[in-house]
Amino acid sequence: MANKKESTFVSMVLTLFIVTFVASAALGYLYELTKGPIEASKLTKQTNAIMQVVPEFDNEPGNESYTMDVDGGILEFFPAKKNGELVGTAISTFTNKGFGGTFKIMVGLLPDGTIHNISVLEHKETPGLGDKMQKNKSSWSVQFNGKNPANFQLKVTKDGGDVDAITASTISSRAFCDAVVRAYNAYMEGGKK
Amino acid sequence: MNQWKNLTKGFFKENPVLVLLLGMCPTLGVTTSAINGLGMGLATTFVLVMSNLVVSLVKSQIPDKVRIPSFIVIIASFVTMVELLMQAYVPALFEQLGLFIPLIVVNCIVLGRAEAFASKNNTFSSIIDGLGMGLGFAMALTILGGIREILGSGSIFGWKFIEGDGMLVFVLAPGAFIALGYLIVLINKINKKSA
Repeated sequence: MANKKESTFVSMVLTLFIVTFVASAALGYLYELTKGPIEASKLTKQTNAIMQVVPEFDNEPGNESYTMDVDGGILEFFPAKKNGELVGTAISTFTNKGFGGTFKIMVGLLPDGTIHNISVLEHKETPGLGDKMQKNKSSWSVQFNGKNPANFQLKVTKDGGDVDAITASTISSRAFCDAVVRAYNAYMEGGKK
Repeated sequence: MNQWKNLTKGFFKENPVLVLLLGMCPTLGVTTSAINGLGMGLATTFVLVMSNLVVSLVKSQIPDKVRIPSFIVIIASFVTMVELLMQAYVPALFEQLGLFIPLIVVNCIVLGRAEAFASKNNTFSSIIDGLGMGLGFAMALTILGGIREILGSGSIFGWKFIEGDGMLVFVLAPGAFIALGYLIVLINKINKKSA
């Protein structure tokens, strides 16, 4: 085995310098290399989420998005157009009232405010209970489709609304309604473009 | 040391999770399904092999007093590389494991092998050691994830064979401890027999 280098001030400083220098150079190179694919995969994910909640479109909603500050958070709007005409808007909305804190859903509204479809983007609700709001776990969120919040009370039945809550997950259901209402109100109050 | 022994010790005799009980945080955190366990295990294996390789190559050039900071920088670089690569090419898995990937840096197994093995042995043995330890870690996580997935959601590697929810407790935190406890019992039994 080769002799260990002695720990003098110069050798220590020099070693740490070389190690960190090489490491940061390698990481910088890799960052440049993966930047493109990471952006692309984020965009695909966004487009997929949009496609699930609005009718068929032929534009790039991700490129025409705009945002609005509501209740201390940011709502993102993705207008979906076909032949230049607005067919629906996907709205990335949030709620802070979830059982596990904040969660984000994507609500698709038709131009008149009718809910087309809703998908869950990210959440920390309880597996097996609150996560039934996800399409792949249960068909609970289908009850919103085709409803117009103008004549559909977006509250759980316990609170006098028209939404059947998920069994044993009233808090998650309430939060879900809260997020949808936020998207709808913002859309009606100038979020529509 | 016999290289075959060197490779296989990570699976049973010195399995990092089930015998050395190192790296409990990712073990308990990510193993809600078999595929998550496998993904985390393979990411850790990559970091272990690469950091063992580099540490054993530069060990004679690094003064003793700064070896730990140097090792940590090397390990952290590889972890960041894994993070970037996963984000770029397997975004779905990255989303599941996201939070835990940066934590590989502080996984005691990685620094432990760099300090206890790679800094004292030649390059080839170090690679084998990293590979064995990493795959042993991956094996433990996959089995643990598999048990929790079967009991908790009635599926394995995402393939559902029981309708409905299964025993929820196994997907939640307590199930991780219970399943891990029984796995440790089992591996102790196996190790006792072969000893």
